[in-house]
Amino acid sequence: MSETPSGTPLKEEDLKKVNTVVYKPKAEYAYSAGQAQSKFLLGLKEKKIIGRKCNKCGRVYVPPRMYCDDCFRPTDEWVEVKDEGIVETVVASFISWTRERMEKPEIVGVIRLFPSSDRDWVFPGLFHRICADFEDVKNMSLFGKKVKAVWRENRVGSIDDIECFEVVK
Amino acid sequence: MRTNLYFRRVAVIGAGLTLFKRRLLETPQELAWEASKKALDEAGLELKDIDCVVIGSAPDAFDGVHMKGEYLSHGSGGIRKMSSRVFVGGATGVMVPITAWYHVASGLCEKVLAVAEEKMSPARPHPQSVFRYIWDPIIEKPLNPNLIWIFAMEMHRYMHVNKITKEEIALVSVKNKKNALDNPYAQAAANITVDDVLKSEVLVWPVQLLDTSPVSDGAAAMVITSEDVARRYTDTPVWIEGVGWTLDNTEWTGRELAYPRYLEHAALMAYKMAGIERPNKEIDVIEPYDPFDYKELHHIEGLKIAKRGEATKLLKEGVFDKDGDIPSSPSGGLLGVGNPIAAAGLMKTISIYWQLKGTAGRMQVKKPVRTGLAQAWGDLMQASTVIVMRN
Repeated sequence: MSETPSGTPLKEEDLKKVNTVVYKPKAEYAYSAGQAQSKFLLGLKEKKIIGRKCNKCGRVYVPPRMYCDDCFRPTDEWVEVKDEGIVETVVASFISWTRERMEKPEIVGVIRLFPSSDRDWVFPGLFHRICADFEDVKNMSLFGKKVKAVWRENRVGSIDDIECFEVVK
Repeated sequence: MRTNLYFRRVAVIGAGLTLFKRRLLETPQELAWEASKKALDEAGLELKDIDCVVIGSAPDAFDGVHMKGEYLSHGSGGIRKMSSRVFVGGATGVMVPITAWYHVASGLCEKVLAVAEEKMSPARPHPQSVFRYIWDPIIEKPLNPNLIWIFAMEMHRYMHVNKITKEEIALVSVKNKKNALDNPYAQAAANITVDDVLKSEVLVWPVQLLDTSPVSDGAAAMVITSEDVARRYTDTPVWIEGVGWTLDNTEWTGRELAYPRYLEHAALMAYKMAGIERPNKEIDVIEPYDPFDYKELHHIEGLKIAKRGEATKLLKEGVFDKDGDIPSSPSGGLLGVGNPIAAAGLMKTISIYWQLKGTAGRMQVKKPVRTGLAQAWGDLMQASTVIVMRN
């Protein structure tokens, strides 16, 4: 190991002296949803959560996919899973995607949808907003709670058709 | 139990690092050059001696230059040589020496320069926004996720399943930032307390500012050679004796997050190759990947150095302290040294190399060391790379 590291650190005030090259790249993409996700999105419009099952290993994919990762064969059938499930994990975000501070935290988590059991290593799972208070995230009481999707009135076939998941009283 | 795989023995004979800092004046190419030159100097080689170059860098978007492998190639000495860039997300840093290893082990190359660079500071307003394009564009992006969400989710799940508190996890940050005080390359070395961590800015609960590693610029390089070459140039080569890597699926919402099964697979591959049967008894010093404090514990369990859910217990007993039985992140890790993604993983490998060579200076652990391990992790909680070295 050499004792004199190279590299020239800049001071905090130097960081502000930046010549920024400003341009708006026209980087627009028309992503295609594919067969499986298209069906999933159309399902959301009908308040249904559609998955795809591999009959060889029994795994249900939500969001669906046309092939099984593990068996490497086509999945076999469309299945509808419940819009209810268990909170696997939940967090409260105080920063936006650009790392700006947010006063009101956004509560998001992973929901293990039914049918599934807490012994499953893989399961139909969705990542979404959870309508809850920060306190319930902090004291971890939301873990293992049963939640149900709150659907929007105007649904367009998007993951955003679900407003959030709410604890079933 | 050793495998009957046939490959040549591979050694590390030199390494170099730049400072890790929030922002450095140097360009990414200049950083790569600084680290490469130092590694060659330590090895006693010149660029003309090198026959292959392996470059590692995480998403192009950080430095703000596309085709970063090609861009970095002249700073990394890769011009008119067999050069390639490897990428497995955050796990890239350890994939670089693994790739250099199979270049040599296969018999293809004699002397490989392995370079990793990352400059995270250019992205405005904050490098966090660069992660927007790693998400599934249809199912996930409409929810406006930031990267820390998913780590917070994994951390909270890990805490819930194993009944671990934030206070216990914060001890990792305290330990690593303290270890970094002895590291001349470190950016975030500090004497802090658990209380400081718990009082720092809440980013995404349960993740707070001091639970995380900082935004950094930096580069690292290693010279990796065949046995014949190593014997000619040094009396103290460090041997790469086991490597392993695994990628799990991107469906992190559909699998258990409390335990990294992909890391277990990678570790078992490396242990089998190195003939290690009891990792907690046979490995003397480790550098598990620690971009967040809980990750070090999570990884120690995945590496089978602690049983599931028991890493915290060993941590509190002092096993992972610099003077403990299995010192963990004696360099200060990403939490203490900084996190220029690919360079951070290679920095951890270099830390183990210096420990085994006995040239780690003030970072040198108390106990005599024979076997060391470095590990990195990345992508959507799906990739792990492991390297085992011996002196």
